[in-house]
Amino acid sequence: MNISKLTTDPAQNASRPAERISGAEAVIRCLLREEVTTIFGYPGGAIMPVYDALHGYLDRLNHVLVCHEQGAVHAAQGYARVSNGVGVCLATSGPGATNLITGIADAMLDSTALVCITGQVGSGLLGTDAFQEIDMIGISMPVTKWNYQVTRAEEIPFALARAFYIARTGRPGPVLIDITKDAQFAEFDFAYAPCTRIRSYLPYPQLDPARVDEAAALIASAKKPMMLVGQGVILSDAQEELISFAEKSGIPMACTLLGLSAVPADHPLYVGYLGMHGNYGPNVKTNECDLLIAVGMRFDDRVTGDLSRYAKQAKVIHIEIDPAEIDKNVKADVPLISDAKAALTALSAKVHAGAYPDWLAEFHACDAIEEEKVTRKDLAPDTPLVKMAEVIHLLSEITEGSAVVVSDVGQHQMAVSRYYAFRAKRHNVTSGGLGTMGFALPAAMGASLGQSKLPSVAVIGDGGFQMTIQELGTICRYNLDVKIMVLNNSFLGMVRQWQQLFFEKRYSFTEMQNPDFGLIAQGYGIPFLRVAQRSDLAATMHDFISRKGPVLLEVVVEKEENVFPMVATGASVSEIRLE
Amino acid sequence: MNTETLMNTEPQYTLSVLTEDRAGLLNNITLIFSRRKINLSSLNVSSTEVPGISRFTIVAECTRDRADKVCAQIRKLVDVAGAFVYEDHEIYYQEIALYKIPTDAVLNGQNLENIVRNNGARILCVEAHHIVIEKTGHKEETHALYEILEPFGLLEFVRSGRVAVSKSLRRTEAYIKELEESNSNVLSIKNY
Repeated sequence: MNISKLTTDPAQNASRPAERISGAEAVIRCLLREEVTTIFGYPGGAIMPVYDALHGYLDRLNHVLVCHEQGAVHAAQGYARVSNGVGVCLATSGPGATNLITGIADAMLDSTALVCITGQVGSGLLGTDAFQEIDMIGISMPVTKWNYQVTRAEEIPFALARAFYIARTGRPGPVLIDITKDAQFAEFDFAYAPCTRIRSYLPYPQLDPARVDEAAALIASAKKPMMLVGQGVILSDAQEELISFAEKSGIPMACTLLGLSAVPADHPLYVGYLGMHGNYGPNVKTNECDLLIAVGMRFDDRVTGDLSRYAKQAKVIHIEIDPAEIDKNVKADVPLISDAKAALTALSAKVHAGAYPDWLAEFHACDAIEEEKVTRKDLAPDTPLVKMAEVIHLLSEITEGSAVVVSDVGQHQMAVSRYYAFRAKRHNVTSGGLGTMGFALPAAMGASLGQSKLPSVAVIGDGGFQMTIQELGTICRYNLDVKIMVLNNSFLGMVRQWQQLFFEKRYSFTEMQNPDFGLIAQGYGIPFLRVAQRSDLAATMHDFISRKGPVLLEVVVEKEENVFPMVATGASVSEIRLE
Repeated sequence: MNTETLMNTEPQYTLSVLTEDRAGLLNNITLIFSRRKINLSSLNVSSTEVPGISRFTIVAECTRDRADKVCAQIRKLVDVAGAFVYEDHEIYYQEIALYKIPTDAVLNGQNLENIVRNNGARILCVEAHHIVIEKTGHKEETHALYEILEPFGLLEFVRSGRVAVSKSLRRTEAYIKELEESNSNVLSIKNY
């Protein structure tokens, strides 16, 4: 690519006199120009020039040294998710770079804006199997929204300006910039202009007014409409537009896993959480409604169950910014290819005021069934040990639904999704699409730095905790305000549940032999609390939440509890099991 | 891959992809097929009449539904300016084939000139050791000539990827201009 054609506008360059600096220093200056304040990273050979330049900017740029590069990328994800900004991480070539891959893939599936900067061997060594050389462009290609290898210092402003623009616009995603060591050392005349446009990438599709009219007509004739709310609402900052549309039209709303927190859980039109372990009502009613309005969601298989038996009776309006999601899994009768905020605003103006009391009552009738068959047993169990649901319910009450809750992957994640009553946007951080165990602890570090007002509570199982447990070192080093709650059932609970239900209880490698978490916390100098009895739960939870700084709470929970409701793989959403 | 496996009965679609001229983009595009395990029967990359814009012409064997979904995912790539799916009747397309046969086989009384003329081919070169014949056409046509020349003891056979132009009236240049003039970063054109 000829960069002279692609670099910044010369008129803008002219306004700022060029300065001769190294490529490495240019990287830092670009970050500052993009108003980056916090980055997560780990040094190593091929990124050393950037680290050296960083040393001169520590008064302006907060660098968090993690214990493993996977921690850096998950932290950047947590940071981006709570702040709606771009998460930035820095790693060296080879193993440093490959350690980022899981988090980059996670960010790709969950549409999280990241800029990952990796060092690379000198350009003369490319392709020679040099020490710590790996083809990071090739490896990251399927899991990035865009990537670019910089081999000359002059390309750095162009590459980073594009990286930030691409990461945060349209449907956000991760971008990787791989910079050879010689490009970091070389000096050039630095000038920076942010990217505002790329002709082959126009990330905001223009809403078609004719389609809005068609959607409004479908809504006008619907008797049983429902909305499926996804993370797109949060990413486009459309919570208020969503609520006003719902309140005007009277249409009930259900949330996907990543959509949780877009709608306050106590909203009268909120009918619950969708999907495999979602609430009974919204799953069953998906196959009884006459109109589905999907907003910023992508009909993931964990939401739809068997596609051939999914909402076949319903008309579908699909509001989605990414045209490739339209008709990918579920055929849209009326696609509204647009940013959710623009589409909801336009649609609100076209719909009539409405209410569906009978239809809403059907959801409430389902809630009553779920309450009797599931929720009551979850929240007031007669088991000797506490259940995850009780713990999360109590956490929700004590924090009044206003903590940032970062959940890992598994049964406890489903407990959070079902029982934490989120009240405000961007309070729910979890690994949805990729389902990355080990996500929560580092992501909670990022979440605590991405916003400083609320406590970040990491809810993790005993399995996932040990996947990134080394990040306790980072939490300790920076005294990060992360409340770590480990729900310990001494099992990989979700896998065990499946083994029980679908593999005749052959518990193949799901029973855990855990270390003494108290001793581990002590080793890191992190205060430790432990609850093994129901009678101690409330007092300890209050203590846990009220402490300043990091604290680890281990809750010993029922070993073999199952998460219900459940839509088994291959089943239809209407075949949701309650027990 | 021999020519027999190329003569498939799967439906095939031609994707025409306009891209920025960027190293690595080929990988980016083929990954979208390979992750769905879709086999490509041909791929051609060339420059276009618009400087800086390349055209990928890809023939894929899959259902229409999959071709459309793949096309949408290709379009999503940052450096892709447009991607279109065509059925054979919507395009003009050609492939070129080269056949190398031993010169002495022809000298043994075979009427090569007639074969060449009847098949709309031409002789590219005649050497002491071999003759190279060139034919442009659809796969069935180049394959038919292959079958005729095979008894001569074909030394080498090669066929290019498909190149195609659509029957649509939109000019590439006008299309790129439309993108460039699109209001700031809003995608306002419909068929892209």
